[in-house]
Amino acid sequence: MTTLLKIIKYQLHDLLRGKWFIIYTAVFFLLTDGLFRFGGDSGQVALSLMNVVLFIIPLVSIVFGTMFFYNSREFMELLLSQPISRVALFLGLYLGLTLPLSAVYLIGVGIPFMYHAGIMTGGYWILLLVGVSLTWVFTALAFLIAVLSEQRVKGVGMTIVLWLFFAILYDGIILFILFALEEYPLEKLTLILSLFNPIDLGRILMLLQFDIAALMGYTGALFSKFYGNMFGSAVAVFALWTWCAIPAWLGYRAFSKKDF
Amino acid sequence: MRLFHTILIIPIMSSALWAGLVQVGSDYGYATVAEGLEASLSGDTVFVHPGTYVESGLTVPHALTLIGKDNPIIDGNHSGEILTVTADDVIIEGFTFKGSGLSHLDENAAVRFEEANNGRISHNRFEDNFFAIYVSKSENCLIDNNTIRGLAQTESRSGNGIHLWYCKNINISGNSISGHRDGIYLEFVEQCEVTQNHSTKNLRYGLHFMFSNHNEYNNNRFDNNGAGVAVMYSRHVDMHNNVFADNWGSAAYGLLLKDIYDSKITDNQFNRNTVGLYSEACNRIQVEGNNFENNGWAVKIMANSMDNVFTHNNFIANTFDIATNSRQNFNSFNQNYWNRYRGYDLDKDGIGDIPFHPVKLFSLLTEKNEPALMLMRSIFVEIMDLAESYIPILTPATLIDAEPLMRINS
Repeated sequence: MTTLLKIIKYQLHDLLRGKWFIIYTAVFFLLTDGLFRFGGDSGQVALSLMNVVLFIIPLVSIVFGTMFFYNSREFMELLLSQPISRVALFLGLYLGLTLPLSAVYLIGVGIPFMYHAGIMTGGYWILLLVGVSLTWVFTALAFLIAVLSEQRVKGVGMTIVLWLFFAILYDGIILFILFALEEYPLEKLTLILSLFNPIDLGRILMLLQFDIAALMGYTGALFSKFYGNMFGSAVAVFALWTWCAIPAWLGYRAFSKKDF
Repeated sequence: MRLFHTILIIPIMSSALWAGLVQVGSDYGYATVAEGLEASLSGDTVFVHPGTYVESGLTVPHALTLIGKDNPIIDGNHSGEILTVTADDVIIEGFTFKGSGLSHLDENAAVRFEEANNGRISHNRFEDNFFAIYVSKSENCLIDNNTIRGLAQTESRSGNGIHLWYCKNINISGNSISGHRDGIYLEFVEQCEVTQNHSTKNLRYGLHFMFSNHNEYNNNRFDNNGAGVAVMYSRHVDMHNNVFADNWGSAAYGLLLKDIYDSKITDNQFNRNTVGLYSEACNRIQVEGNNFENNGWAVKIMANSMDNVFTHNNFIANTFDIATNSRQNFNSFNQNYWNRYRGYDLDKDGIGDIPFHPVKLFSLLTEKNEPALMLMRSIFVEIMDLAESYIPILTPATLIDAEPLMRINS
């Protein structure tokens, strides 16, 4: 446990020296603050931020995550020459990255929200929850890719393809399926399909805050009924965290067997 | 002038002096309302003291003023009708009517006006009735400041709050209605004014209008009704300054219009409805100065609607601004404010220099394939919408606002 904390502490130290984090914080801070100054009420700001969160957080987490892992190669080799368990090292690296990334996001978005609108405004908590969850999910995916792929270029390339798939292509495929199978009842299928993309899960959690009126107009009501209550939201959150746990676990398995 | 007043007042006062006073109450001449009514003569005042009177099937056959002190309760005990008025010039004021009988054959009301003109129903409470106020074939009546509460569970076992049938020149104002099938129902009614009412939590419609021409409703609030407000098969209806809010559900509309001609919809608020304004087969409607905010669909306009004019409305934070089911467009949208508009205004005249396309490709897709709604706000859909807005292929190319306003129209 103490080694884990030590590794995390070292990581934090290392990361906070870089410019990356300052830029990342500043982007969120200025964006949120600016939206409040130009946009108006907190609902609309949260709505505008939603697209940013769904677009930027996965991209930054996954690209930065792989690069970080590759850059820590020598550090890992050094530590592994010591009597340190691989679990502690892997977790240390993972938490050492996700914790500051989440904290930075919470600060960048949370603080402007607090002084412009107070914290009890609609969608605020969901926005934070989804942002943090996506950070954890995509960092886990990044580590998995970085462990599996020795080559840097290939690894970063793969992360971008994966991001493109989840952020854009997956929805295109869903749309294609929905129209190809138009004749059939598709409510359950949409429910199942939505579980297999963390970005979609995050998006749906936020839709329930902002577009419930339109979702209620859906005569096949299953979808809004399912996600509209606490149980549905809980399932969505659980699925999001499964999306984080499984890649992280697979990543750890590969890491523990990896020959450095 | 004073002379004129005196001349006017003398006959009024003298008629008041002439009319008799019948008092009803356990300590007064008549113990039941029925006895009091029996004893009254045309033009009398029946004064009912506080208490609970379990009576039904009461009739008012001649002109009367019925006044309740501190809202005495007339309890119909869920059998038949409570009070039926068949004469002109009847005033009913200050009662609590409770429990008119549920029936699948008769439309039992707490208070029914049957071919009774110049009547007035004011400041009464209606609780747990089948129908509360039922006016049929009457003219020049006033229904004001009543509080009507129903306990409707299902549509088939409940009646309407205020029901008008073949009436003319009725004023319905300041009533608060909830828990009935339709809050206010008008059929074959002309020249009515419905104003400052609050109709909420009714099972079906807050206000339901059928075959009723030349009517006006303004300053009302309709919220949380099962299906909003429906106006059907009518001409020359004037809807002004009403609030349509929180009507949610797969078949819920802020305002549903069907076969409406030559009407005006001005300065209304449509907030948080699944569909703000739905228009089917409506022609020549002027929609001006309304606020559409936070609706699922602000306006759904079917292709069989023609020559409607939308101008100076605000469209703010709706999931979809306009949806339609055709590539053709026969309506005009001009000088509205759209918060989605991203154009510029170089000459600073407050009007955007490039037109706005309010129909999105995605709204067309969801119209055809409802489950696609789950992709709302996904990046893929945003990209598709963006491409479509530059080169419209599937959305109606002529449904544009050529002069979108840059600022909210107040």
